[in-house]
Amino acid sequence: MALEYDLLNENVKKCQYAVRGELYLRASELQKEGKKIIFTNVGNPHALGQKPLTFPRQVVALCQAPFLLDDPNVGMIFPADAIARAKHYLSLTSGGLGAYSDSRGLPGVRKEVAEFIQRRDGYPSDPELIFLTDGASKGVMQILNCVIRGEGDGILVPVPQYPLYSATISLLGGSLVPYYLDESENWGLDVNNLRQSVAQARSQGISVRAMVIINPGNPTGQCLSEANLKEILRFCYNEKLVLLGDEVYQQNIYQDERPFISSKKVLMDMGSPFSKEVQLVSFHTVSKGYWGECGQRGGYFEMTNIPPRVVEEIYKVASIALSPNVSAQIFMGLMVSPPKPGDISYDQFARESKGILESLRRRAKIMTDGFNSCKNVVCNFTEGAMYSFPQIRLPPGALQAAKQAGKVPDVFYCLKLLEATGISTVPGSGFGQKEGVFHLRTTILPAEEEMPEIMDSFKKFNDEFMTQYDNGFGYSRM
Amino acid sequence: MRRFVIGQAKNLIDQTRRPRPHHNNIRLLSPLASDPIPVSSSRFFSDMTGSDSSSSLPVTIDSINPNVLKCEYAVRGEIVNIAQKLQDDLKINKDAYPFDEIIYCNIGNPQSLSQQPITFFREVLALCSHTALLDRDETHALFSADSIARAWKILDQIPGKATGAYSHSQGIKGLRDAIAAGIEARDGFPADPNDIFMTDGASPGVHMMMQLLISSEKDGILCPIPQYPLYSASIALHGGSLVPYYLDEASGWGLEISELKKQLEDAKSKGITVRALAVINPGNPTGQVLSEENQRDIVDFCKKEGLVLLADEVYQENVYVPDKKFHSFKKVARSMGYGEKDISLVSFQSISKGYYGECGKRGGYMEVTGFTSDVREQIYKVASVNLCSNISGQILASLVMSPPKPGDESYESYIAEKEGILSSMARRAKTLEEALNKLEGITCNRAEGAMYLFPCINLPQKAIAAAEAAKTAPDTFYCKRLLNATGIVLVPGSGFRQVPGTWHFRCTILPQEDKIPAIVNRLTEFHKSFMDEFRD
Repeated sequence: MALEYDLLNENVKKCQYAVRGELYLRASELQKEGKKIIFTNVGNPHALGQKPLTFPRQVVALCQAPFLLDDPNVGMIFPADAIARAKHYLSLTSGGLGAYSDSRGLPGVRKEVAEFIQRRDGYPSDPELIFLTDGASKGVMQILNCVIRGEGDGILVPVPQYPLYSATISLLGGSLVPYYLDESENWGLDVNNLRQSVAQARSQGISVRAMVIINPGNPTGQCLSEANLKEILRFCYNEKLVLLGDEVYQQNIYQDERPFISSKKVLMDMGSPFSKEVQLVSFHTVSKGYWGECGQRGGYFEMTNIPPRVVEEIYKVASIALSPNVSAQIFMGLMVSPPKPGDISYDQFARESKGILESLRRRAKIMTDGFNSCKNVVCNFTEGAMYSFPQIRLPPGALQAAKQAGKVPDVFYCLKLLEATGISTVPGSGFGQKEGVFHLRTTILPAEEEMPEIMDSFKKFNDEFMTQYDNGFGYSRM
Repeated sequence: MRRFVIGQAKNLIDQTRRPRPHHNNIRLLSPLASDPIPVSSSRFFSDMTGSDSSSSLPVTIDSINPNVLKCEYAVRGEIVNIAQKLQDDLKINKDAYPFDEIIYCNIGNPQSLSQQPITFFREVLALCSHTALLDRDETHALFSADSIARAWKILDQIPGKATGAYSHSQGIKGLRDAIAAGIEARDGFPADPNDIFMTDGASPGVHMMMQLLISSEKDGILCPIPQYPLYSASIALHGGSLVPYYLDEASGWGLEISELKKQLEDAKSKGITVRALAVINPGNPTGQVLSEENQRDIVDFCKKEGLVLLADEVYQENVYVPDKKFHSFKKVARSMGYGEKDISLVSFQSISKGYYGECGKRGGYMEVTGFTSDVREQIYKVASVNLCSNISGQILASLVMSPPKPGDESYESYIAEKEGILSSMARRAKTLEEALNKLEGITCNRAEGAMYLFPCINLPQKAIAAAEAAKTAPDTFYCKRLLNATGIVLVPGSGFRQVPGTWHFRCTILPQEDKIPAIVNRLTEFHKSFMDEFRD
């Protein structure tokens, strides 16, 4: 055998991505055996019944089959503004959806993204510094690939974090420098924790190069305050770190005290020298928000204060992959310049969007409250994003049983939960957590009508689990 | 403290005057950064270095991943950048140029040069994009019945009919079933849908395999020279070593096993462990289609030497000569009696080429056979970090591998479109090949397949000297001159590597047929005047 396990790149073996790891694989197995599974392991809204927005699908369908635009009856099944928009996007391409675009993405779409950023933040944005990517994840990988030279390079990553970061840092052979979010402060970020983490890393000879923030957070959902963002930017300025701002959930805000404010806006507000010197890369996607178009694989990153020669190198690497997929670029264009009041499709679009966001807000509360009503479960409110990340206080009997079964305790709990209820979650260990503290991540995406039943099902399981292992009767049946 | 600070600053200045590897720079700065020196003083240091003021920034050209700096990709490199600037300028300065448009012959991007997509495929895609169409009566007037049926079939294979959801990380199961069936119909040997990994184009699949195979520069990958520079770039990005094997231009870019053996031994003697052999069939940029016998020798070679065979077969539908036929390496291996336990083979296919040319959709797959389950788990794991490839591309890949059949309503028009495109490509390949062979000092092997011509240009010494004076590779010099005189964008052979001392350029066969005569004329005229200028 030419390729044996032992000969594989160690970085590949080391990397982990729990979102589609053990629990998911077990859930898939059970599904094949006929069990009803509720997949709450990944932020995948359409898979749980959220309908796509009508307008973008109309536009993209027309772009897929431009011959429709030549048909005299097209106006009977497509609204005029969708037809106009399809023509507009096709004119931005150099041959329709089937031609490679500019490796950075269609210039016309990047211009629309820049205009969106400008409207959102009140500061100009340069389309030349915006690269469209096949999903935000690819963009993150490209930037980290640029920054990480070897294991001597450290990247500050929040704990808990979305494991794209840990997996990518592993694959690239870098070092993950964790900074802990404070669960007792609603997953707040304390700059002192940052300082400690950096000092510790440096004392180990690691050169800390970048800092990742996920805002709103994943899995934790917290929305950073403006003051917090200022502190972080100041910290990056002082410590000479490039800030990677993962802002893919910027449309998913479920409280009013801390609306979304972009890292770029705060940076620009701070003025010189910060606004001219702090390096920032901001990421966004069509997969989340109220669009939920995960399967399109559409995203972008915007670079601030990155030297031109570095931008060229990033462009060079992007060109090896030729171009991001063009359909998703059109979705991105539509997302940043959606129907406006007065447009034919506006009312339907606004209704659909509002419906989704308001429902998400309600579900965030239902879940948080539901978890908090369970024995030994404490759950911070989901301020934003798409997840609930309850802490499960596992009794000693459970810890023992897990050990006997050869499983990490939260994996043990989640597997039991899966087998009893069909609810497929991701154990907190997949995201990182404080030693001895256990969580699970679930999404708030199951349909609103199904929520009460799901929460009841969970509560019943949890009660039984706690009873079983609290009394020390528990033994592993793994 | 103040004297200490100034002393440190002086050291820094001295240091910057001597060339030194960048990591010293970092080590020098780090202790200072953690010292209790006020912020203003550290800013003072960076100002004092006298070098580029951005050197105080964390991410500069000096501090990024050196593998990124090392890798090159000429298909969208220097010449193309110049062409784009010319194109922009052409809009406002029409009269300043001896041509009125830029013709991009640098990249296999058919639909950007007016090739039309296959109607049936796009019908299905449109219906899957906006499924509400399937509920309307009017749809039957606008779409063929079999495209509607296929859309339903595909949607039934997608949980919840949700085309906007992340799929299984290997791709939607039902689509993989269709692809496996297509592979079996093509080869006569079964294919397992669980061996299929769908990717955003074939390129990400190649990257995944390089990531898996390469742990350090001691890991080598045998690559054909000339090669499609995805391979050299990917190997560089992953920190491995490219082990070249030269294709023989004199024998129509033939692949000699003796050459493979020689290069393998050479690599071994340098302490490189060769892990895989990459073969592009039909070839890019060279266009040759391997004979079955050749393929059998290659399979045996890989089996004997314990190499993974990476079979880039993205041009499998592009064969233009009656005396050659595409055979997949999977078919060849299986017909030799080799199974899962005998040979590790990764076969790449894409929706970007063939007659479908759907580059911008980014669809493709790799069929991974002959690996143990623990290795396959690792491949799956890497695929899962990116969640999945785009659904629209997945749908197209399944359509490409299971197109309309005789009897289907769309079959006639589908076949007409397909054959129209392929026969036109064959004609264009021949026309351009003949035209190039007429040019002084140029010999051009026929394009048996793929989408390119790769002529050898015997540059006069004077031209080579002029290139050297301009600090450019001779073939790049030629291509730049050609671009400026004709507006035609080619890729210099150096972008693909070639036998040292030989020069080539790659030209696609993709401009529409009606543009070919003008292209031939302009090329001919330019070449004549170039030779007049530089003839020895």
